[in-house]
Parts: sequence; C-alpha cells; structure tokens
Amino acid sequence: MTELSKTGAAVGEPTPSNPSDAFLEVRDLKVHFPTDDGIVKSVDGLSFSLEKGKTLSIVGESGSGKSVTSLAIMGLHRLGARGKNVRMSGEIWLGGKELVGASPDEVRRLRGREMAMIFQDPLSAMHPYYKIGDQIVEAYRVHHNVSKKVARTRAIEMLDRVGIPEPAKRVDGYPHEFSGGMRQRAMIAMALVNNPELLIADEPTTALDVTVQAQILDLIRDLQKEFGSAVVLITHDLGVVAEIADDVLVMYGGRCVERGPVDEIFEKPQHPYTWGLLGSMPRIDRETSDRLIPVKGQPPSLINVPSGCAFHPRCPYADLPKGNVTRTVRPELQQVDGGHWSACHLSPEDRTRIWTEEIAPKL
Amino acid sequence: MEGIPPIMRRSALAAIAAIGSATLLVSGCSKADDNKDGNDGGGSSAAANAATKGVVNASDKKGGTVTYELSDVPDSFDPGNTYYAYMYNFSRLYARPLMTFEPGPGSKGNTLVPDLAASKGVPSDGGKTWTYKLRSGLKYQDGTAITSKDVKYAVERSNFARDVLSLGPNYFQQFLVGGDKYKGPYKDKSAKGLSSIETPDDTTIVFHLKQAFQEFDYLVSAPQTAPVPQAKDNGVDYVKNIVSSGSYQFQSYQDGKQAVLVRNKNWDPKTDPLRKQLPDKIVVNLKVNAETIDKDVQAGDAIDLGGTGVQAATQAQVLTDASKKANTDNTYGGRLVYMAINTKLKPFDNVACRKAVEYAIDKVSVQTAEGGPIRGDVATTVLPPDIPGYSKSDVYATTGNKGDVAKAKAQLKACGKTSINTNITARSDRPQEIDAATAIINSLKAVGINATLKQYPSGKYFTDYAGVPKFDNKQNVGLMMMQWGADWPSGYGFLQQILNGQAISQSGNTNLSQYDNKTVNTLLAKAIGTQDDAERNSIYTQIDKQTMDDAALVPLTYFKVLLARPTTFTNLVSTAAFSGQYDYLNIGVASK
Amino acid sequence: MISYILRRTFAAVILLLVVSAVTFAIFFVLPRLAGQTADQLAQQYIGKSPSKADIAAVKHNLGLDQAVYVQYWHFIKGIVSGATYDLGPTTVHCDAPCFGYSFKTHQAVWPQLTSRMPVTLSLAAGAAVLWLISGVVIGVISALKPRSFFDRAFMGVALAGVSLPMFFTGNLAILLFTYQWPIFGRTYVPLTENPAQWANTLIPAWCSLALLYSAIYARLTRSGMLETMNEDYIRTARAKGLRERKVVVRHGLRAALTPIITVFGMDLGLLLGGAVITETVFSLHGIGQYAVQAIDDNDLPPILGVTLLAAFFVVIANLLVDLLYAAADPRVRLS
Repeated sequence: MTELSKTGAAVGEPTPSNPSDAFLEVRDLKVHFPTDDGIVKSVDGLSFSLEKGKTLSIVGESGSGKSVTSLAIMGLHRLGARGKNVRMSGEIWLGGKELVGASPDEVRRLRGREMAMIFQDPLSAMHPYYKIGDQIVEAYRVHHNVSKKVARTRAIEMLDRVGIPEPAKRVDGYPHEFSGGMRQRAMIAMALVNNPELLIADEPTTALDVTVQAQILDLIRDLQKEFGSAVVLITHDLGVVAEIADDVLVMYGGRCVERGPVDEIFEKPQHPYTWGLLGSMPRIDRETSDRLIPVKGQPPSLINVPSGCAFHPRCPYADLPKGNVTRTVRPELQQVDGGHWSACHLSPEDRTRIWTEEIAPKL
Repeated sequence: MEGIPPIMRRSALAAIAAIGSATLLVSGCSKADDNKDGNDGGGSSAAANAATKGVVNASDKKGGTVTYELSDVPDSFDPGNTYYAYMYNFSRLYARPLMTFEPGPGSKGNTLVPDLAASKGVPSDGGKTWTYKLRSGLKYQDGTAITSKDVKYAVERSNFARDVLSLGPNYFQQFLVGGDKYKGPYKDKSAKGLSSIETPDDTTIVFHLKQAFQEFDYLVSAPQTAPVPQAKDNGVDYVKNIVSSGSYQFQSYQDGKQAVLVRNKNWDPKTDPLRKQLPDKIVVNLKVNAETIDKDVQAGDAIDLGGTGVQAATQAQVLTDASKKANTDNTYGGRLVYMAINTKLKPFDNVACRKAVEYAIDKVSVQTAEGGPIRGDVATTVLPPDIPGYSKSDVYATTGNKGDVAKAKAQLKACGKTSINTNITARSDRPQEIDAATAIINSLKAVGINATLKQYPSGKYFTDYAGVPKFDNKQNVGLMMMQWGADWPSGYGFLQQILNGQAISQSGNTNLSQYDNKTVNTLLAKAIGTQDDAERNSIYTQIDKQTMDDAALVPLTYFKVLLARPTTFTNLVSTAAFSGQYDYLNIGVASK
Repeated sequence: MISYILRRTFAAVILLLVVSAVTFAIFFVLPRLAGQTADQLAQQYIGKSPSKADIAAVKHNLGLDQAVYVQYWHFIKGIVSGATYDLGPTTVHCDAPCFGYSFKTHQAVWPQLTSRMPVTLSLAAGAAVLWLISGVVIGVISALKPRSFFDRAFMGVALAGVSLPMFFTGNLAILLFTYQWPIFGRTYVPLTENPAQWANTLIPAWCSLALLYSAIYARLTRSGMLETMNEDYIRTARAKGLRERKVVVRHGLRAALTPIITVFGMDLGLLLGGAVITETVFSLHGIGQYAVQAIDDNDLPPILGVTLLAAFFVVIANLLVDLLYAAADPRVRLS
C-alpha cells in the first residue's frame, strides 16, 4: 500500500504519463455539471490508484460523488443527451492509457473489455425485451469477432461460472423470469464475459436480500481471484466493505476525506465523517441500545459547497480547532500513518482522543 | 296542385348547401370581396357572361370526351325517379321527354319545343285534354321502336308507384283523371293501365286532366315522359340498365362513383332536330370534392354538372383576375330570396304595418349578407327576371334600396303603432340566411320594430316550424326567411305554391304569409285556363303587382350563380330553363 | 395462446353485437322516442305528397311496421343468411352477409362496402407507412438532440401539422401538385389495374394524411425515446461498449416503439372505418365518403353498415395490437 502514499496528495501540475505502476490511476478528477441553478460539482479533485488483484471500496452517502466517479471512469457521462453538458478534467489512467482526453470511440472500445461494470438494480439494468443469453452474447460480440453460436457457448459457460443452475436452459430466459440474486449473477456474467481487468461494482448488493448479498460478494471475491482483476466497489454499506475491500476511500461532497487500508479505517478512523459512517453501521455483535448513530444533518449542496471543511456544518467537533479555520480553510489530505490519509483540521491528538474515548466505546 | 310539400326542385337546396359550406370554409374574406368586385364588375369584361347572351364556342366538331363532375350524387339517373334540375337537364342525353326547352341563352332557353313529340301539345276541351303525336322512326338503343305506350308506361311508373319510385314529383298523379285511384303498373297488372292516358295508336298519346291546365307542355317536359319499355323495367333497378332513347347510351354505371355514356348508334338524327351527338364519350364523375371541381373546370377538364356555381374561394379568385373573370357567367337561378310576412298575425294583419316593414328594410345590407351582387340582385318583385311574367316594378322604392325610415314610421303610425315586437325565423344551417335575417333585424330596429331571430333546422323548417300556420300564429312569428324556385319556368309554376290562398296547408305549408287574397286566387285559376301565352303572362304580372300592393312578402334578392366556363368545351349556353345551368344537350370538345 | 385468441374472438363478436344493437337503437329507437312515428320515418324515403297507401307500402318494405326487436333480429339474421326485399316489380335478394339494403340508393350495403374497401385500404395503408416511418425517424432524431435547432424546428412543424385541418392541407396539396405543377394524377386507379398510377394518384392524399399523423407520431416517439434513453438498461448497453447507433436502435428504439405500435394499430383500425375528410377532399370513393353520403341522405342501413365495419376494424386492431404487444414485450402474458 505504500504506492498510494506517493501519489495520494497529488494536486497541481498533471504529469504527462502514468507515473506509478498502478493499473488504475485517477488524478485530480473533476466532474462538473453546469445547470440552470449553477455548476454541480459532483466530483471535485479526486485522486486514487488501484493495482490489479486488489479491491478498492469507495464509500459515502448518496450524492457524495462515488457513483459519478465510477461512471466517469467508464466514460458514460459523456454519452447521451446530457453528455455534452459535462465538464471533466484531471486524468484517468487505465493500464497505461489516459481516458479523460481520449476520443469517445477509444474509450468505447475499452468499455466492456478492459473495464466492465455491475449495476445496482439488475432488473432495470437489463433490457426487459431481450433474453439474458442474447444480452451476454451481445456484450461478447462487441469485442470479439465470433459467430453467435460461439458467443452463446461462451454465455452459457459464464452463466455456469457465476453459479446459475441449468445455464443451457436459463440462457434463453428473460430478466423478469430470474430471481433478484440470479439476475445479479447474470449481470456479473455479462460484465465478466470479456475478462475485464477492471471491474466496477456500483452497489451490487443493495437491491438484494441479506443471504443473497453474501453469496454475491463471495462470487465477486472468487472471480476476482480467478481473473486477477482490479475491483472498484461503490457502496454506502461498511459491512460490505469490511467483507471484501483491501482499501477504503471515503467521499464527502465530491472529495476524498479519508482513505487507507481497510483495517486502518476500521480500527483507527481519523475523520469525524468516517466515525459517523461507522456509527451508523449495523453490527450483530453489539447491543441495539446505543449503536446506530447516524450522521446528523443533510448532505452538502454540490452547487454551493460549504466553505472551509465541507463537513463542518454537520461536524460536532467543528469548534475545537482554534480560530475559524474549519469554516475558512479547506483541509488537505494529510498522511496519518503509512497509507492512511485524512483531511481534517482536528489535531492528531484530538482525533485519537475523541475516537478512543467518545466514539469507539459506543460502536 | 294542392298539398305539394315544399321539396321544390332540388337544385336550390344543393346550391344553397354548397354556398353555405364554402362560406364556412373561407368566411370573412369572401363577403367583402364579393361587394367590391360586384360593384365595379357586372360585365366589364367583354367575354364575361357571354354564355348568358349567346352560345359560346358554337361548333359542330365531333369526337373527344366530355367530363362532368358532381360534388354530390344525383337522386337517380332513372328519368322517372329524379327531381334535380341538373338531372332534368342531363337525362335528356339518354331519355327524350315529349317536350323540352330550346337550347338558348337566358330566358330564351325557356322556349318549349317538341322533342319526342312531333309538335306541341294540342289542347281540346278547354285545356282539359292534351294530345301529342310522336315523331316517326323513333328507336331505342337496341333498335326496337318507341311507341306512345312506352310514354304512357313511363308516366305511370314514375307517378303512381311511389313506394318504388318515389324521388320525382307527382304532378301527373294530381292532374290526371282518376289519378288518386290508380295503383301504378307494378300493382295494377291490367293491360289497360291508367285510363285517363290513351294511346289510340303507336304514335299518339292523349292525356285527360281533371281541370283546364294551359301549361301542360311544361309538365310533359319532365323526364318522366321519356319512354321506358315495360319489358325492360325492373323498378328501382332500371337505373342499372336504362334503355336509351336519346343520342347517348350507358356504357357503365357505378352507383355513387361514375357513369360513362357512349354514342347511341340507333339514334337517328333525322328524328331529332335538337341533338348533335358531338363527343364520342361522356363521363360523369360523382362525389368529387367541390374545390377540385372548380379547379378542373378552370383547367378546362370538366363541367360542373350541378351548375350551382363556384365555391366562395374560387369566386374571390376569379373575380380579381380579369382573364379568369372573362370565363365566368353570372346568371339568374330562377329563384327569389324573400321574407314572408304573416298576414294572419296581429298587427301584421293590418296592411299598413306590413308596408312599414317593406319600407324599413335596407336591401343592400341584406344583399351583402347573402354574398353580394354576384349572389343576387336586389329584388323588388315576386317573379324573378328569368321567369315569364316578370315586369320591372318597385312599389316601395327607396333611395339606393337602402330603406326609408321616415316612410316606414309613417306607415307604422297609420297602423296605429309606434313599436312592434315580433319573431323572425331562419334556417339554422344556412349561415347566409341567418346573416340576412340579422341585417333585417337591424333595419327594423331603426323604425321601432323589434324582431327576435328564431333558428330552426332546414329539414323541419316547413314540416314543424315556419310551415305550420298554427305554430307561427301561436309563437308570434311575424316574419319568415324564405327562398323559392319553380318546378317549371312559368308564372304559375312559380307563384301558385307561395301565394295561393287555397294552398295553405296545416303542415309543410309554403304559403308562409298565409296570404289568401280572392283576386290573386281567381287570377291564378284564370291564368292556368288561359291559352294565349302573352295574356297568361300579363295575368302573372297582375298577381305580382297585387301581392306587392298587399305587402304579403318582402322580395330581397334575385338569386344568382357564378358559373366558371371551361374554355375547352363547345356550345356552352346558360339557360334559364335549368336554373341558369349550361344546356347539356350539345356540349362538345373543342379542338385543342 | 390459441385459447386466448378464441376467447378474444368470441368477445369481439359479442362486442360487435352490442355495437350493432346500440347503433340500431340510435337510429331506429331514438327517433321513435323523440316522437317520430313509423309513418314519418317511412315518409323520408318517399318524395312529394305520398298517399297513405304509399307510406304503408314503404313502411312494409322497410319493415318499419314491425316491432324494433323484430327488425333487429331480421338485420342480424340477414348477416348470417341473407335477406329478401319486396320492391314492387322486383324482389331483391340481398346475399349473406347482408348488412342491410339502402332504400335511397337501392343498393345492398355489403357490396358497396367491399367495393369501396380497397380505396380506403389503399389510402390508409400508404399514409400509415409514410407517417410511421417519417414520424419515428424525426422523433428519434429530435430525442437524441433535444432542444437543438432541428428538434425545435421540427416540433414546431409538428404542432402545425396537427393543428392544420385536412381541408387546408389537402386542398393545398391538390392545388400545388396536381394543378400548379401537375406531378400527380387526379383520378384514383386501382392497384390491380396499374400499380404505378395507383401510387401516383394517391401520393398527395397519403402525404396530407401522413402529415397529420406523423406529427403526432414524431412527438410520441420523441417523448418515448427521451424516457427510454434515460433507462438503466441503456447505460448497461453503453457500458458494454456498443456503438451509440446500436444503443439507440437496438435498445432505445426497440423499447420506445412498443407503445407506439399500440397507438398505430388503433389509428389504423380507425382509419379503415373510413377517412371521412380525406376521402371527401381527395374525391376518393372510399368507406368514409359512403358514410358521409348516407348521413347526408339520412340513409340508415349504410350508416349502420359503416358503423359496424368501423367497429369491426377497431376490435380487430385491438386484438392484433394485444397480440403484437405480447410478442414485442416478453413481460406481457396473454391470459
């Protein structure tokens, strides 16, 4: 994880080539949507990197910019009717290729082959009029010049691999004929049909019930091992993170507020927002009485982001640092320890004290 | 003539319907245009109205196809089952009546000439018996001879089997002796048939009437006297295989769509001084969009069979273009637009009150509402100028026909009134009639007569409303909008139905004024018994004068139509005998 | 599936019976309720001053002297087994299916309908092809570039197309393209006689009618596409790396088109019952013109016949649309 630290705080002059050997490298990514009310800064200066075989989990409330980040990597924002209204800047390096400045068609050719995506709700994400098999066949044949028959064999193979019983029969089923879990398996089969090196899973288990969630997470983990892909897992569920992630990136108001190896984040979280997230995580091993401390207040407006620390209006400790610094100065990411970085004006002492004395006992 | 319901010859209805719909289509601009053009127009172009003065493109050139177009469908092509003026006109091409009208311009076209008959009818018994001799050598299209028995049969089938052939008029049933008893040839299978029509030999036919009727020649000019071979008659289906006695015969007939006529090889020009048999083929296209007809006529591709005049949009267009205007004929349609005054309703039972109305009305405003001078001249008599008996006169003359408030108020005073409240009826589906009534209401208001407009659907106007005297008298209907055209172009044909006091009926009444004047009634009876044409016509003039003196109705306009004249056809002449239509007997194709 | 079609067909027959009964009631019962006697009804079919005997005879010929339900029964029976009318000198046999006999035109209704059907069919089918293609293509382009110049310009034209009456567009088309520049023929020619002429004479009518509908279809397609292109599965299709055109056609249009096909089926069904105004303006001897004539003449049997025919087409169109919908959308089950 030491590689992360080298580039983690990279703000400033973009370097002309991919400086690290990470498979995915995002540097100072900004995704802005001009609207009639003002510019929506969904992602505002985000940087991170990811190696093959590793899983990065991006967590945060809805509207924090995590889904936008994933769509930006896939190049999906720039398509469709609203595509031309997106303003993107920064760099996205995927296996040595830069994507932000690449032509739409170059990105398209990578999509589905080098990088694939699993969406939250497989029922709406799959076309209701086409058979599951045909949809997988289509995904395969975009990037492979093979006959439909060969592609179909491949589809059945993939359905089998993701654990769908009787794949030769189910290949001709329609999405609505599948159960939720089976549909998500099919979705995963579709995403993996081209052996992508990067798999982005956007809330892959949210729409599923708990037992199925676990199965799907197991499946993703197994497949990752088998294919050696890099995985970006977007979620708001820290339980999922604990289960599967190597690294965690916490987003708030379009920026990274804390990131680090999963153990560090769970054992020594350094940001009041991360504490809030941990507090709101249901845990089976605790009493019900005083767990679940949700983060109070509303997510910030992405048009008028609060000055200073974007989290200060909701932060119970916003007045601890001297002066008005939390309201005037935007905190930068600072290294805590090895690969663990956090953007907070609280002094390291205060943070350790508050975590160990006030927060941790209640979790 | 008693009890004839007001289904006057249907050209009128069609004409008004057509104009009405066209007005709806292009309302707004047309009226103003009419006025402007009418005022400075009136035959300024040399060739405009040429067909009302003489035969245009007179020619004997043979060959080609003459195409007729009609926006409607005729009631029937069967000569014994039709009542439309244009079918009376057109059917002569394949069905020769005993008498017909000489092709000629305007009221010259009212001249009766023998057609199937060798000469005019010979009256005897004071006009109660009429004898006709047929020409010799007459043949049907199949070469068989035409006999007087076929004429007798044609009259029988068309007048006495009204459950089968119901669409034509039934004057013969009313006038012939025993007409009310005879059941018609389909039910009465006796060889003798109706005994009051005799056929002493194959070329003679004798009609015995209940009363003297000196205009019988007019009656036998109806297509109902065109011969029908009994052996070939199958009632309503006869229309599908009409046996021609004229210069053309049916090649094909598709109901509601098209009829095609070709030369009748067995027609012998020696038996026929009238027909020329010029084109090779005659095509009638039915149910053609009215705007399309106008364009086809202007393009020289067709003749409007209905003869009801161009649509309002076309009218505005042709009148503003001198070259197009030259190819139009603005002609009388043998009809009067008028307002009847209820002579049985207080205070209009007082002639002075009626005269107040006569003076009060601004006829120019009414004319404008009707569509301007193109659609009619201001009228001052009951008989229109194209009907025999017309004599120019204006009993209630006012300056510029704009009405005279002072004179009207004086009459009102003489009537013992300062103001009158009454109702005026008009047909709700005739926008121009409504407009005219509105103009009248405005004129009357100025003299203290307050009239309220009551609108009724034209389909029930006579049967349920204005034509029911009880209704009028009860509902305070003092004034009624009306139009009238005659079944045959004579003073009797025109006046009898609307002025005869003995013709007032309890429903379907057309004597809307309920005018019952002994002098008029006597003069009508005298006229029809008078053999001399000039003397008869002078009686019609007297009746007209008497009616106007009594102020029984207010003549508004003499109805006119604006025909577009296609330049590619020959022998075009607008005839008063058929409501101003072109005479269809001898239209041919000009060399291109 | 088969049992579904059978059930639907049965329901359709019942529906048509109801329609016929209601139509029959409107024309034969309501006038009676409004106080018209059978004599007055019969009188409409006779000209001037009919005698009592004439009226009685006509009344008998028309069957007006029977109870209404008996008349209705005769009407229905005629459809199945034909009917015979006594018309004085001749008796007319109206072969099954006999949808009545017009005493005004003296024609059986059914042969008139069948002889006019090709005209209406030609008009409707040609116009339908035109408006479906043009409407969908324009709608898709508009949806892909919403608020663009093309979109705004076309939606403006579309609004005009919907608002302009056929009297205007039709007559304008006739004026411009058959008179001003005589490109197209004026008189209808049957397809079987001369296909080129057939199309040539119908093109102005097709275009005028299509203008009216394509505007609606462009708007339908546009809104449908705008909605569909925001669906998750479109994002999925793009995430596969599909070319945008394929995404639009295979995924977007495929879904957006299904409801349009439904509307299309119903519109076509309605048109087959007679495009009244278009047929009038273009002087086409179709079903609609027949209906107008019959209404003008107050001629009940043809009105009844056309109403039933129109209802028949609507019912059939309904059934076909449902079947088509089931074929198009696998989520729909026929039951």
